[in-house]
Amino acid sequence: MSAQSDAAASRPGRWQPAVTQDPMLRKHGAQGHGALGQPVSRIDGPLKVQGKARFAAEFPYEGLCYAALAFSTIARGRITALDTTAAEAAPGVVLVMTHRNAPRMKAPSLMMSSPTAAGASDLPVMQNDEIHWNGQPIAVVLAETQEQADHAASLVTADYAVLPATTSFEEAKKTPRQLDNILGQPPVVEIGDAEAALKGAAVQVDQIYRTPRHNHNAIELHAATVAWTGDELRVHDASQLLDLTAGQLADIFGLEADKVRVSSPYVGGGFGGKCLWDHQILACAAARLAGRPVRIMLSREGVFRIVGGRTLTEQRVALGANAEGRLDALIHTGIVAMTTHNSCPEQFTFPARHLYAARTIRLAQEVADMDMLANTFMRAPGESVGTFALECAIDELAEKLGLDPIELRRRIEPDKDPTSGKPFSARHLIDAYDKGAERFGWNRRSATPRRRRDGEWLIGMGCATATYPYHRFPGGAARIRLKADGRVTVSTAVHDMGMGTATAQAQHIAARLGVPLDHVTFEYGDTTLPRGVIAGGSTQTASIGGAVIAATETFVEELLKLAGNDSPLAGLSLAEVETRDGGIGHRDDAARFESYESILRRSGRGELVCEAEAPPPAEMEAFSMHSYGAQFCEVRVSEITGEVRVSRFFGSFDAGRILNAKTATSQFKGGIIMGIGLALTEETNFDPRSGRIVNASLAEYHVPVQMDVPAIEILYTDIPDPQAPMGARGIGEIGITGVGAAVANAVYNATGKRIRDLPITLDKLM
Amino acid sequence: MNPFTYERASDAPAAIGLAKGSAAARYLGGGTNLVDLMRETVERPEMLVDVTGLPGGIEPRADGGLRIGAAATNTALAADAHVRTHYPLLARAILAGASAQIRNMATVGGNILQRTRCRYFYDTAAACNKRQPGAGCDARDGFNRYHAILGASPACVATHPSDMCVALAALDATVHLDGPAGPRSIALADLHRLPGDRPDVETELKPGELITAVELPPLSFARRSTYRKVRDRASYAFALVSVAAALDLADDGTVREVRLALGGVAHKPWRASAAEAALKGRPASPESFRAAAEAELAAATGLRDNAFKIELAKRTIVAVLSDLTGDDA
Ligand SMILES: Cc1cc2nc3c(=O)[nH]c(=O)nc-3n(C[C@H](O)[C@H](O)[C@H](O)COP(=O)(O)OP(=O)(O)OC[C@H]3O[C@@H](n4cnc5c(N)ncnc54)[C@H](O)[C@@H]3O)c2cc1C
Ligand code: SF4
Repeated sequence: MSAQSDAAASRPGRWQPAVTQDPMLRKHGAQGHGALGQPVSRIDGPLKVQGKARFAAEFPYEGLCYAALAFSTIARGRITALDTTAAEAAPGVVLVMTHRNAPRMKAPSLMMSSPTAAGASDLPVMQNDEIHWNGQPIAVVLAETQEQADHAASLVTADYAVLPATTSFEEAKKTPRQLDNILGQPPVVEIGDAEAALKGAAVQVDQIYRTPRHNHNAIELHAATVAWTGDELRVHDASQLLDLTAGQLADIFGLEADKVRVSSPYVGGGFGGKCLWDHQILACAAARLAGRPVRIMLSREGVFRIVGGRTLTEQRVALGANAEGRLDALIHTGIVAMTTHNSCPEQFTFPARHLYAARTIRLAQEVADMDMLANTFMRAPGESVGTFALECAIDELAEKLGLDPIELRRRIEPDKDPTSGKPFSARHLIDAYDKGAERFGWNRRSATPRRRRDGEWLIGMGCATATYPYHRFPGGAARIRLKADGRVTVSTAVHDMGMGTATAQAQHIAARLGVPLDHVTFEYGDTTLPRGVIAGGSTQTASIGGAVIAATETFVEELLKLAGNDSPLAGLSLAEVETRDGGIGHRDDAARFESYESILRRSGRGELVCEAEAPPPAEMEAFSMHSYGAQFCEVRVSEITGEVRVSRFFGSFDAGRILNAKTATSQFKGGIIMGIGLALTEETNFDPRSGRIVNASLAEYHVPVQMDVPAIEILYTDIPDPQAPMGARGIGEIGITGVGAAVANAVYNATGKRIRDLPITLDKLM
Repeated sequence: MNPFTYERASDAPAAIGLAKGSAAARYLGGGTNLVDLMRETVERPEMLVDVTGLPGGIEPRADGGLRIGAAATNTALAADAHVRTHYPLLARAILAGASAQIRNMATVGGNILQRTRCRYFYDTAAACNKRQPGAGCDARDGFNRYHAILGASPACVATHPSDMCVALAALDATVHLDGPAGPRSIALADLHRLPGDRPDVETELKPGELITAVELPPLSFARRSTYRKVRDRASYAFALVSVAAALDLADDGTVREVRLALGGVAHKPWRASAAEAALKGRPASPESFRAAAEAELAAATGLRDNAFKIELAKRTIVAVLSDLTGDDA
């Protein structure tokens, strides 16, 4: 590649995304990578089990008061009267804040509309008498104890002038709205005339699939402890987007960006839900009004009322194939519910853009505007529900063709990205299928449904493809601090919501700098650190990787300078050296080496500090980059009651290099468990008469419990992606993708019934 | 939660005396239902009289029956050796309910008097005749998957959520009460009311009355008894339909005696008397079981979300009775 020599020549030895590879990929095997990939237990594990890890709602402050919210009970209208007198008179109440006395604040800006925007919606927060959804906060009560605040909040009463609201999806979808983009991608993709090709195809599948609303139910309730000192705002948040939250809060309150400090060292589950919602903004406003620090922790009902969830989808998948099982037409279209004040269109057509080769393609999605709480990202937004529809349809097609569903996928495996035409950076989907099929025992599946039973229980097997895109966010930076004793601290304002970031990154840094794991400290979770990226879209690992690569390059260059002419490294450049054994050495000459400690000592330095920003993600432009997986499921379905039990699950993934076998396996398993919920139990009951969520409680919103989750086995290819930092693509979300379809396909195999409408509750199978 | 006072009673007279003093007093068992409802401001007692210190012993009677103090925890009752041997359906019913943590707190008295799980009852923003007589019923045309198919009224279609009570109904349990007007007893099957036009009046208990004990007559055919609960996830969910059954077979394979009760279908634990009558003296066959189930559910009506429960109840009855006829039953 001539581009390579040009670009590389201009910055010798530096990583050039899409042109050169992360130099770490050169080092191979255990020797090169030390702890990388090892099943290291989570660094924060002991703190958590001892109760010493302090979460957002656990920071003590002198004079702290506690917040509780009162929520609207209508979906749209105006508050005509708001009676707070009883609440104000209740014991322990410090103040009641409503739109009448709340500080004036700018409205949040929609996330991704600017580099500092973090708003889940762009509605002003408690600034006027307008109600936009059922459950909108109408008052904040501050009191000396949480119980006093909760009690007083229950005494707030409101009268409303009710306006007509669109709270029925059936109504809303009659006037669909076209979007001009879906997360920056075109909302419509057309290659050839897919409808015509479908009509002419020898074998056709054309079905509607539906998925319901879901709500975020991380174990840690959303919480923040906030305190003002003059014009400085300190926020202890439960967050997966620290820097954006700080920037957005500064904007809302009209502060200089550096006046807001947000930290979030521990988060009890994020999944896309722990972003900026009204409660942090209201807590900051109420704290300012009261002149006292405030702690807000939402009730479980509160999370349902003011933290958005996954929206519902109605999807059409139509596949036309010739007799050999090649696709003549692939159509995936549909509609989701959204609001006019947010932008989160649940990109369910994304998997079909990259998964299968087809002669013609038509992908399109639109939205139905409703008067409801802004919906949001929830683990694999789009891909989780999009793969349900697409992968069920593939299974249906395989059956019509008389082909094994894995064999069908083999025949429609593309050699380049089917819609963008870009080369794949790495794609080992069929490999994942083959290995998974063997370990799972796929050959024991009968192609004909209803062939296996155990008493009243029908047994079936299903599989489906998992897929999730690789992304690397630009703008993240990392700082490396080397101490005289050879210990290093790497700092960046990123997040660990329990997935093991701190542990995997410590392993990565140990490997990258060639130091023992116990010499590495990874600092994160605080906006005073170098700017980090968000923890979303399974992007954080690669994004941190990009920043640490850049910081390491600067670090090595600085050390080479410091080493000077009296070093075995004299005269060597970045391109000629590598980090190893606690120092820098010539790539091809084992004898030319000097340790970090020695360089620092000789140069009379107590420490060396370097910071650098990741290079822009050019690899995403040049390549189609995705993780893949093959999900295998065995179910048992009672022929009498229709109850479904997942009896075995096997996930075989191709997600690039795995940095930590233990935390990665947990991520995959967690995604699969959430996928079992999506397949069988989870559904938000949104009452179309009132626009109110009816089952705002964990007793009635059914996440899978222990007995719903079988033993889950995980396998991964561990093949590095040559274009990704460390060779690692993200792993946080792919686990949930394909699970809905794998379960539904297994249910079909067991019972002969196709359920195209999630969740698969027993009444649908009776 | 509204402010309230708390008293702990040492015995039944003390509890009754304390509660008599305040019109808005409530007895407090494990609090797993009452305190939840207080948090939602659905229940607003001014005084709680803690009755967990009252007798909770589980004592076999001379005739082979059992007397259970109202303060016995659900966990203790399910684990009791006598219960497991002589009333296995009761142990199974209790263990099919809630979670281990909740069962550790929950008492027998509280379990009997736990209130419906209808979400509109819990949400003070919704219309609910049970919470506020005359307000209307949002469940009738709303989310009513967990609602009644038998014995409901235009005013209320809620169900009684207890598993334990379904077994107690099948076992002909007697509930002992004490109160301002003195002690009395009532059959468990008669304790809970159908909603009629007063869904806010859920039981035959008079104001201030306390449950002191539950008594079970012996069940000679316990070997053929069980409880099956059908629900939306494998554990920790309320019943869509549940069946408590005990079957006594004559040597010729006909049904000598049968006890059958249903959960999740009505405003009270539903003793399936019509099915029982249809079964007595009939051959213990899937055909008779189905006919009996049809008889019991002849009057059932479905709502928007729960019509499937009619067929589900029938199938579950047949399945449970069929299991009990097997040699390994
Ligand atoms: C998440 C969740 C899931 C659950 N799942 C199930 C399930 O699957 N199946 C099931 O059966 N149950 C289930 N339950 C309900 C549980 O069984 C009841 O909450 C429990 O049995 C109530 O007992 P308690 O002692 O805590 O009652 P409390 O909450 O203390 O009291 C309940 C009522 O009984 C009254 N009371 C208590 N004791 C007496 C007495 N001695 N005399 C007169 N009145 C009295 C109280 O005043 C109150 O009105 C669930 C509960 C929860 C929270
Ligand atoms: S079913 Fe009964 S408890 Fe539920 S809303 Fe209607 S009246 Fe209230």
